[in-house]
Amino acid sequence: MTLKVIGKPIPKVDALARCTGKLQYADDLIFPEMLFCKIYRSPYGHAFIKKIDVSKAEKIPGVLKVLTGKDFPISFGILPVSQDEPPLAEQEVRYVGEPTAAVAALDENTAYAAVRAISVDFEPVKPVMTIEESLKQEMIHKIAGLEFGDIEKGFLESDEIFENTYFYEGNTHLALEEHASVAVPEPDGKLTLYSSTQVPHYLHRTLAKTLNLPPSRIRVIAAPNGGGFGGKSDVFSHEIVVSKLALLTGKPVKICLTREEIFYLHRGRHPVLMWLKTGVKKDGTITSMHFKSLLDGGAYGSYGVASLYYTGALQTTTYKMKNYKFEGARLFTHKAPCGPKRGHGTPQPRFAVEIMLDEIAEKFQLDPAEFRKKQLVEPGSVTINYLKIGSISLGKCIDKVIERSGWKEKFRKLPFGKGLGLACGSYLCGAGLPIYWNPMPHSSVMIKLDRGGGISVYCGQIDIGQGSNSMLAQVVAEVLGVEPSEIKLFCADTDFTPVDLGSYSSRVTLMVGNAAIQAAQRAAAFLKEAVSEKWGIPKTRIELSEGRIWDRENLNLTIPLAEGIQLAEAKFGAICAAGSYTPPKSPGNYKGSGVGPSPAYSYSASVVQVEVDPETGNIQVEKVWIAHDIGKAINPLSVIGQVEGSVYMGLGEALMEEQTFRARYQGVHKTPSMLDYKSLTFKDMPDVETHLIEDPDPNGPFGAKEVGQGPLLPVPPAVANAVYDAVGVRIREIPLHPEKILFALKNKPPKKNFPDFHAPKIISVPLPSLSEERSRQPNSSLTPDSSASKNPS
Amino acid sequence: MIRLPEFSYYSPKTLRETLKILASERGKARAVAGGTDLFPNMKRRVQTPAVLVSLNQVKELHRNISRRRSAGIVIPSGSTLSEVSRNQLIQQFYPSLSKTASSIATPLIQNMGTIGGNLCLDTRCTYYNQSPEWRESVGYCMKAPEGKPDIPCRVAPGSPQCVAVNSSDTAPLFCALQGEFTLVSSDGERKIKACDFYRNDGELYLNLKPDEILSEMILPLPENLKVCYLKLRRRGSFDFPVLGVAAALKIANQKVEEARIFLNAVSSAPIEAAESEKILIGSSLEDGKLKKETIAKSARQAVKYSAPYDNTDFYAFWRKEMTEVFVKRALESLNEPEILKEL
Ligand SMILES: Cc1cc2nc3c(=O)[nH]c(=O)nc-3n(C[C@H](O)[C@H](O)[C@H](O)COP(=O)(O)OP(=O)(O)OC[C@H]3O[C@@H](n4cnc5c(N)ncnc54)[C@H](O)[C@@H]3O)c2cc1C
Repeated sequence: MTLKVIGKPIPKVDALARCTGKLQYADDLIFPEMLFCKIYRSPYGHAFIKKIDVSKAEKIPGVLKVLTGKDFPISFGILPVSQDEPPLAEQEVRYVGEPTAAVAALDENTAYAAVRAISVDFEPVKPVMTIEESLKQEMIHKIAGLEFGDIEKGFLESDEIFENTYFYEGNTHLALEEHASVAVPEPDGKLTLYSSTQVPHYLHRTLAKTLNLPPSRIRVIAAPNGGGFGGKSDVFSHEIVVSKLALLTGKPVKICLTREEIFYLHRGRHPVLMWLKTGVKKDGTITSMHFKSLLDGGAYGSYGVASLYYTGALQTTTYKMKNYKFEGARLFTHKAPCGPKRGHGTPQPRFAVEIMLDEIAEKFQLDPAEFRKKQLVEPGSVTINYLKIGSISLGKCIDKVIERSGWKEKFRKLPFGKGLGLACGSYLCGAGLPIYWNPMPHSSVMIKLDRGGGISVYCGQIDIGQGSNSMLAQVVAEVLGVEPSEIKLFCADTDFTPVDLGSYSSRVTLMVGNAAIQAAQRAAAFLKEAVSEKWGIPKTRIELSEGRIWDRENLNLTIPLAEGIQLAEAKFGAICAAGSYTPPKSPGNYKGSGVGPSPAYSYSASVVQVEVDPETGNIQVEKVWIAHDIGKAINPLSVIGQVEGSVYMGLGEALMEEQTFRARYQGVHKTPSMLDYKSLTFKDMPDVETHLIEDPDPNGPFGAKEVGQGPLLPVPPAVANAVYDAVGVRIREIPLHPEKILFALKNKPPKKNFPDFHAPKIISVPLPSLSEERSRQPNSSLTPDSSASKNPS
Repeated sequence: MIRLPEFSYYSPKTLRETLKILASERGKARAVAGGTDLFPNMKRRVQTPAVLVSLNQVKELHRNISRRRSAGIVIPSGSTLSEVSRNQLIQQFYPSLSKTASSIATPLIQNMGTIGGNLCLDTRCTYYNQSPEWRESVGYCMKAPEGKPDIPCRVAPGSPQCVAVNSSDTAPLFCALQGEFTLVSSDGERKIKACDFYRNDGELYLNLKPDEILSEMILPLPENLKVCYLKLRRRGSFDFPVLGVAAALKIANQKVEEARIFLNAVSSAPIEAAESEKILIGSSLEDGKLKKETIAKSARQAVKYSAPYDNTDFYAFWRKEMTEVFVKRALESLNEPEILKEL
């Protein structure tokens, strides 16, 4: 099958609009009579609200409405199991920056002045700021305990047991676009909300719940996101607040958060304290693994239950594991709530595992690359925790970065101060289950063909900068035999587009892509039927390509696509088609098995070269080599962009980024600004060499897998391993601040204690039997039939 | 979006007019040059002048950087950082200043920000450069405008004075180069040595009266001088210094005749590391280079002048430790032939 559009490095369909400032982000929207909203936020990490006095604020000329917690009796949360967040706090505030009151005024300055005029009588309580303290006070959100196989037996079979504690500091997304929303009351009494959100569908449901309105009276339009990275995948207080203000005032209401407010909204990477114990045979074979994680969740649930299970789920998808046990807990603290950030819950355990593998390889004098390659998971297998693996080319990824980086000549051979580190990672291509239980598709696409030849595509998916619009256009263009620029997209509008669950968990390419193939094939079927009847040839001879319809066996017989559409419309009426995608059912069926299953898994390997200044402890990353198992790159240019972006973010987390707070002063954020919260800039980026490994996955559209998140995973542990190679100090926590390295060089590496924690209940899961594995057919694949895309010439 | 508070704005064309306005507003007015420091501070309400007097159109402050026969190089305070870094005279006589100016903030800010504004930069502190909401959370601190003397310093609660940090990159360099500043007000003109212009007090950090402005800086022509400025910061792309070391040595007859070492961003003013200088002065060179032991000894002495607090990026104890390393590296770099070329 020769592909004409898939696999081509074309610019994104919205690149010109994004680069010329023509794309309308939520904050660019202006409506007549629009009001501006500002939010009063808690100055305390933990306090009880005794009294809120808004009378002064209400009296300020230009103020139209002031809302407080009592205006919002219904709480919300992204997961059905954690509906714990009030839109505005009424009785208790649980972190500095928690929304407590809101104002709508004629202009932003007046709204701000009104917020400053609100007075709240608080009764402050000492905030709980650490994992240890939260555990002591039993502020437990969720506990998980799972055992697969028998780890004690596994440890007995091992020759050596490795045990260590690791810490991954929290950090935030830092998307350039600040969250903005505009709520517009429509003349028919309905409400439209434009918002920078990754999850318009969940936002739609939440608004219906919290505003107590039928969903049919609410329309959510996701404005193009200026980056999300998981930071726009929750529903947020401000989205509910401006909606309510618009309904009450009858006027459009806009809010655009300040950068500082976004540090409070957060939902970023959980700080995770980890304990890892691995039993290994002398040849490096892993016989048993026991992993514990304690997550600092911040003040609210968010995706936390999923985040917790994710810290324990994907250890098994890279290396073969015979016995594995996971115990973990997500704890509440009085800090900005944590949630999903690129890699959601998996970079932390990956950090621990990949560093420990480096330690094991060193102990047994094995080459870290060979040692990993010897125990890779097999394609098509089911892991011990019931994850069904499709394609896996991690071995090829390792080979590529080893070869390109000159690993064999450099590892453990560079002069003191310089070093190389290797690490791997794996990520899902869309969660196997939706956030709320339902048997409906996860993604749907509609196509309408116009008799003038126009192709309109409707889908609930939202492009957050990752390029999903282009992916959608390319997939439809491939099947219908046109250029992507011919496709007109209508996306992320709950009134106009069929549901897609959202831009999270790296699901869009796989799920929207498959739904789009089905929709396009169904649309094409109408044309083929009509044209074959007209030409009197079998349908199988009809081909769509280059904007025309062809008889594959007689290339003189051809008509423009538009003519074909007219024939079809004459025969069938208006040409509309829809396609949907539902992930295959997971083989796992134990409590907790909902987190981890995915239609496919992506893999990456990375080698990082560093120079460490032994006098200061400063790390200079000299180069990053990374290979990513993408299945099939629908747009290599876009894919490489995602890999480089992941490397950037991984390096930031490894070297400097941290979301930390001052316990001494109410629990305020230490650095709530882009100048003080340190993240790499464009100028600080080292050279990154990206290699794409293509090994089509049976479940992927054209074989494609995810790329938005996975390539971040190997980066932080690879940096830590490289630092060890460079100066011989093993730092088991990030960020790798120079202070820590210098301290470790002069004294001993800092060691974190892991509290005495055991999950009170362990679910012992029986091993997946081989017969079960074989009886399971490969999941139905939605690769287009060859006739749709073969070149006629 | 955060917006600026309201203020009145003057844009005088002459120095006389400028000084008249400043005098008549009696302390309520503040000069603004590029605004790259003042406006972000005003957005956060840590500086809230009711009246701004822009210096951008004042022609006396925007003359060319020139050479005044006996006195040296004259730099008008309105020169932008870009102009300073690209100026031929500066590149010829003070390449270290050219390099330092180009290491400040970002190219965009260098195009707007002036050298005068850089030398008069407000002191910085992670408890001060925050929004009003944030500062309210911690109960404010002693530094203006909400600051009151009875509120303790939040960084060092026992400290009798504010410990906000002088974060200007060029200030320590002007001190090491023995620059002289001209301050003007409607009362007339006075000259002050660069090192006397700064006060080691985070709140009252300049010896500058409210109605006075800095009009020009004079740098004496260097004679057998080796100079360098090193700064420590998180990112090479853009960041304020959290430790700055300016070193200048006058070498004659294979001996160090004069030595000046100023530390910055580890206190509220550039601090002269006198003991470090003492070790260098009179020491003889070996093959035209400072001896390793001399460097090491001098660097070790510098640590006691370094008084960082936990109010910038990085841990304070590490910044103190780095003082020795950076002084050592600054002195070592003066040994490099590359630096010699700059003379
Ligand atoms: C992101 C960012 C990064 C930065 N990084 C650095 C850095 O690395 N190093 C560094 O040193 N600075 C840095 N700065 C600070 C600042 O941009 C520069 O110091 C710049 O040179 C200030 O000049 P300006 O003309 O913009 O000053 P303005 O903002 O106009 O003024 C600054 C202060 O000086 C006063 N002032 C200005 N001119 C005069 C005068 N002639 N007489 C008396 N008072 C005067 C003003 O009243 C004000 O208090 C940074 C700023 C930003 C925003």
